[in-house]
Amino acid sequence: MAKIYKTGVLLAGLLTAGMSSAALAGGPVDEKLVIDDELEIITRTAAPEGHPLDEVISGWHYRTEETRALEADSFQNPGMLYVERGEEIWNTVEGDAGKSCASCHGDGEEFLKGIGANYPKWNADANKPFNLELQVDQCREENMQAKPYKFDAADQKALVTYIKHQSIGMPVEIDLSQGEMQEWWKKGEETYYTRTGQLNLACATCHEDYNGNYIRADHLSQGNVNGFPTYRLKQSAMVSLHNRFRGCIRDTRAEFPAAFSDELMALEVYVTWRGTGLSVETPAVRQ
Amino acid sequence: MAAPKPRVKVPKKASKGEVVTLKTLISHPMESGQRKDKQGNPIPRKIINKFTCEYNGQVVFSCDMDPAVSANPYLEFTAKVEDSGTFKFTWVDDDGSAYTTEKKLAVE
Amino acid sequence: MSLTRREALGLTAGAAAFITFGGQLAHAAAAETEEAIKAFSGGAMPESGKISLEAPEIAENGNTVPVSVSVDSPMTADNYVESVLILAEGNPSPAVATFHFTAMSGEAAAKTRIRLAKTQNVIAVAKMSDGTTFMDKKEVKVTIGGCGG
Repeated sequence: MAKIYKTGVLLAGLLTAGMSSAALAGGPVDEKLVIDDELEIITRTAAPEGHPLDEVISGWHYRTEETRALEADSFQNPGMLYVERGEEIWNTVEGDAGKSCASCHGDGEEFLKGIGANYPKWNADANKPFNLELQVDQCREENMQAKPYKFDAADQKALVTYIKHQSIGMPVEIDLSQGEMQEWWKKGEETYYTRTGQLNLACATCHEDYNGNYIRADHLSQGNVNGFPTYRLKQSAMVSLHNRFRGCIRDTRAEFPAAFSDELMALEVYVTWRGTGLSVETPAVRQ
Repeated sequence: MAAPKPRVKVPKKASKGEVVTLKTLISHPMESGQRKDKQGNPIPRKIINKFTCEYNGQVVFSCDMDPAVSANPYLEFTAKVEDSGTFKFTWVDDDGSAYTTEKKLAVE
Repeated sequence: MSLTRREALGLTAGAAAFITFGGQLAHAAAAETEEAIKAFSGGAMPESGKISLEAPEIAENGNTVPVSVSVDSPMTADNYVESVLILAEGNPSPAVATFHFTAMSGEAAAKTRIRLAKTQNVIAVAKMSDGTTFMDKKEVKVTIGGCGG
């Protein structure tokens, strides 16, 4: 009993402290993201049908002026270093088949345009949704005869950053009509609304009910994933979506699922859908 | 870990006597020497400690860096250019390695 | 609740020890920073003016805090800014970076990103070619994330 009471007090403290400072600081900033003064990024848009909120808003709007400025200048954005590294990997031969990504797909900038905006997508052979990491690993094993990447290997993050970056500015849209995507969406929705951990938080608690408020000094966003992999100042490196999922769940003081597990793949499908219509921002810059 | 990768941004053209802005970035963890690994052992310091920018062989700007400079160090500064030429950028690592890159500028 | 004499003494001694310890710590950091400034300036404490330091009032993450300096100077061969020292008073070691300019720099202005361990003063000191020094200081509040993530 005492334990539950304490958790309740802690949570109430976290969120109320947030509400009082939110009254001062307000919600998302009213600014436009234009990268290098030429590429307009859709950072606010009408929510897709069935979405609990009216408008979906990119996490960019919840960051400070300095962090927002880093993303608006592709030179200053440290994430672009990983895009360049990813391009090298795309063109590097690996594995027993003596192939690189480019051996089959050609020029990455041409081939990859728009692809990242439509992931995760149904993979009939695997009978589950695939994100870019799983797609890359399948390609490596079957076509390149190379080893799959270890989760969050530096090259995996750089390559996925490069792939996703080729869709920068294009709206996120995933196809839920294929295979069993609806069922996975539903499963992801359940996870999103299920309270978990000693703090008893669901994704929805922070990112739906309290977005725009503060949790201690942190300005809560809607938790959209259109900028992943994202350059996070805290790590001073690229952070993958499943790394962030696990980190967020860990912070609720819960046990966290494995990367690319069914539970997190379902969550990826659902959360990606929640950001439908936002531009791909990869590599976004966040705190 | 891939080798540190420098990026520089220099305008292609400038007029005589113009002050141009130069931006530089290099991928580097800037390991401060104050962190510990999972076993609790200190991770040795490894940072870029010196950056130099030359134009046609003359030093324009340089910087000494300590571990308090962020990972992937970013530097922005200016140069006054009178003639066309080549900028040479050099980063020096604690282990003695130097990473360099060059960019040409046309002065009209 | 009433305190016994022993408890009261213990509390007072504890509080005194805390204050002294805290005071010494602050003093040590300040002393080290002052020493670094004097080593750079050649002994004198710099005046204010001429140099301007820009840094965010609140940094979203202490790992990457953008700072920029600019110094008012004609930047000619015989009248220019030699160098600018950046210090962070509250870091384990105050040294951050030193920018070296030449007449070819055109302007004495530079920007970088730094690590700040906690809320503290960032200090910039400019040394002119005639040996005079000038200083500016900004407090940056460093915030900690929501659930520790």
